Amino acid sequence: MKRRKPERGADVMSKKEKIPRQNMPEQDPMVRSKNFDEVPLGYTEEQALLEAGRCLQCKKPQCIEGCPVDVDIPGFIKLITEKDFTGAARWIKGTNSLPAVCGRVCPQESQCESLCILGKKGEPVAVGRLERFVADYERNTGAVQVPETPAPSGKRVAVVGSGPAGLTVAGDLVKCGHKVTIFEGLHKAGGVLIYGIPEFRLPKDIVDAEISYLEKMGVEVVTNAVIGRGKTVDDLLNDGFDAVFLGVGAGAPVFMNIPGENLSGIYSANEYLTRSNLMKAYRFPEYDTPIARGKNVAVLGAGNVTMDSARTALRLGAENVSVVYRRTEVEMPARAEEVHHAKQEGVQFKLLTNPVEYIGDENGWVTGMKCIQMELGEPDASGRRSPVPIKGSEFVLDVDMVVVAIGTNANPVVPVTTPGLETNKWGYIVVADGETGRTSREGVYAGGDIVTGSATVILAMGAAKKAAKAMDEYLKNKK
Amino acid sequence: MNRIVNNTQLSENVFRMIINAPLIAAKRKAGQFVVIMTEEKGERVPLTIVDSDIDAGTVTIIFQVVGKTTMCLAAMKEGEDLFAVLGPLGTPTEMENFGTAVVVGGGVGIGVAYPIIKALKEAGNKVIAIIGARTKDILILEDEIQKTCDKLIVSTDDGSHGVHGFVTNVLQDLIDSGEVVNRVYAIGPVIMMKFLCEVTRPYKIKTIVSLNPIMVDATGMCGACRVAVGGETKFACVDGPEFDGHGVDFDLLMNRLRMYNDEEEEARKGCRCHE
Repeated sequence: MKRRKPERGADVMSKKEKIPRQNMPEQDPMVRSKNFDEVPLGYTEEQALLEAGRCLQCKKPQCIEGCPVDVDIPGFIKLITEKDFTGAARWIKGTNSLPAVCGRVCPQESQCESLCILGKKGEPVAVGRLERFVADYERNTGAVQVPETPAPSGKRVAVVGSGPAGLTVAGDLVKCGHKVTIFEGLHKAGGVLIYGIPEFRLPKDIVDAEISYLEKMGVEVVTNAVIGRGKTVDDLLNDGFDAVFLGVGAGAPVFMNIPGENLSGIYSANEYLTRSNLMKAYRFPEYDTPIARGKNVAVLGAGNVTMDSARTALRLGAENVSVVYRRTEVEMPARAEEVHHAKQEGVQFKLLTNPVEYIGDENGWVTGMKCIQMELGEPDASGRRSPVPIKGSEFVLDVDMVVVAIGTNANPVVPVTTPGLETNKWGYIVVADGETGRTSREGVYAGGDIVTGSATVILAMGAAKKAAKAMDEYLKNKK
Repeated sequence: MNRIVNNTQLSENVFRMIINAPLIAAKRKAGQFVVIMTEEKGERVPLTIVDSDIDAGTVTIIFQVVGKTTMCLAAMKEGEDLFAVLGPLGTPTEMENFGTAVVVGGGVGIGVAYPIIKALKEAGNKVIAIIGARTKDILILEDEIQKTCDKLIVSTDDGSHGVHGFVTNVLQDLIDSGEVVNRVYAIGPVIMMKFLCEVTRPYKIKTIVSLNPIMVDATGMCGACRVAVGGETKFACVDGPEFDGHGVDFDLLMNRLRMYNDEEEEARKGCRCHE
């Protein structure tokens, strides 16, 4: 199908600024903190039209510069103003295969929307909400069409990991005519979109739909395949795969290594969220996997995963949930929207506070967390003022459950089982440059968290797009 | 999906299942395990690979019915499919000719001990096996192990078969008899492994234990299976499941294994497999 390029032209600009940025309806905080249904409810058609009408259709759109995968933002918004919602969704899918996901979890406020010209004086166009609207419209109206793929190139690609990076590479390469097989270690594909991000922020039906779209395009998905344990990367190359993409994520949890950290009731965020999201422990006993339901819960850290864990604990019946962070709100890496949602739902924030030790009962279950108060000192390597403990300020927080959500490290399974694959001192895979994702092994490319360390869905997708382009070049030139 | 080739009851609560899994059969080494899910709503349960047949493309597991998942596994029949089988996982048993190796298996742990006995024998060791159970009727794999090892000593708590007593006593007697033991493997209930380590500690005989903490992904991602060894936190799924027993904090392991006792009871009651 040949797509029509939407015309771009600024007209009747003066009237547009009068329409305010459209708020997206949300579940009431007191209701939603008791269920796992999605929090924001999405735009109505009327709202989408009003919001799309705010776009100035700039001749030199800045917003695209802010998008890691170069979505033609004014282009799809123009199609919305023409009420061609399905066309708008397909227009995005030309460059971004996961719009329903990105419309929900991208930090638009620091990407496309941060560069919107309307944001200079007022509020930027709600690009993310519009992206979500058209992707949902296409899916919910059954209008999803599988694009025709070109003639088979005869080349086979193995994609290791089915998270955002792997899905993006798979989508881009299958569109180039290559035969793509994704290998996923868990029993369900989607990576962090499935095990990490909760249902209330990213419904799993949406991820399933995106994966089934790839399958319809011809991508094969093999689950229960931990590359490095069963087959190795070399096995894949020997089995006839012409190239391999490693998008295995940064899956190893980080703990603080403080006394008492192995007491029962203390989870890594990876475990807590995997139990709830992948294993659906929040629906125990319908699902077999259990999860602790703490009454007084502390969640350590300040990223999006911290907020996801804290909000999950509330939904599992906690009376008090505290985010415990050693710096202040200014330094929090979580999206402002996530912090806002958490606060609305009743999550408390204990800032400038750092745990130093856990206290347990006779059964080895955590009952308290000894903390110390911090103050901000000189800026550290990250440019943020580093927290310094205040002597004598220790106190004990009563807790019966703790989630440690302070980051992740590289999982060494693939690197250590792939001879000649260069990694850095933290175990992340070294790539020749960010434009190609080429590793030290010929035909092996990498992208996403296993290269950069923990980052966002969209940055992994951006790296994957570049790697896919380089891989396509490599495959075309390969005999 | 992996097809069940055979499911045989070995004793009152212990079953041996043979599963079609050609890749795992070809790749696995002694000491490694698989994660099994019976159905999509099920738990991910780690079970040691007891044996494999590369030509038939099968792996063997031995399990004791303790909770809902193993109840369901026990009820599954030849020709049915498991929802997921993942593996081989974990670090294989360190294997070389150590001299004389004593492998102690207790209860269902005898199943886990069996592949280690075989591998040690193939590596040229003199292998003495000590297997024990509460009573004769629940002792498993006696014939198989008899054929594999150099010497087998059987014990039962009630004296219904072999030596009357615990495997710890048998090991102590063996050491007292002047047998030079270069390495001990202790596999069974946590409390048994803890006391076997106390038997060997005064003699500084390196004692390897195989730990069975709760796991979720079992690929190093979640840390549910963390154990303390020599004061350091290790993940049993990737760093283990075998560790130097003299450094293991067994009390911590026992506490962590009890973490979901209430939920496990609730799930067992809700299980309809045997109706």
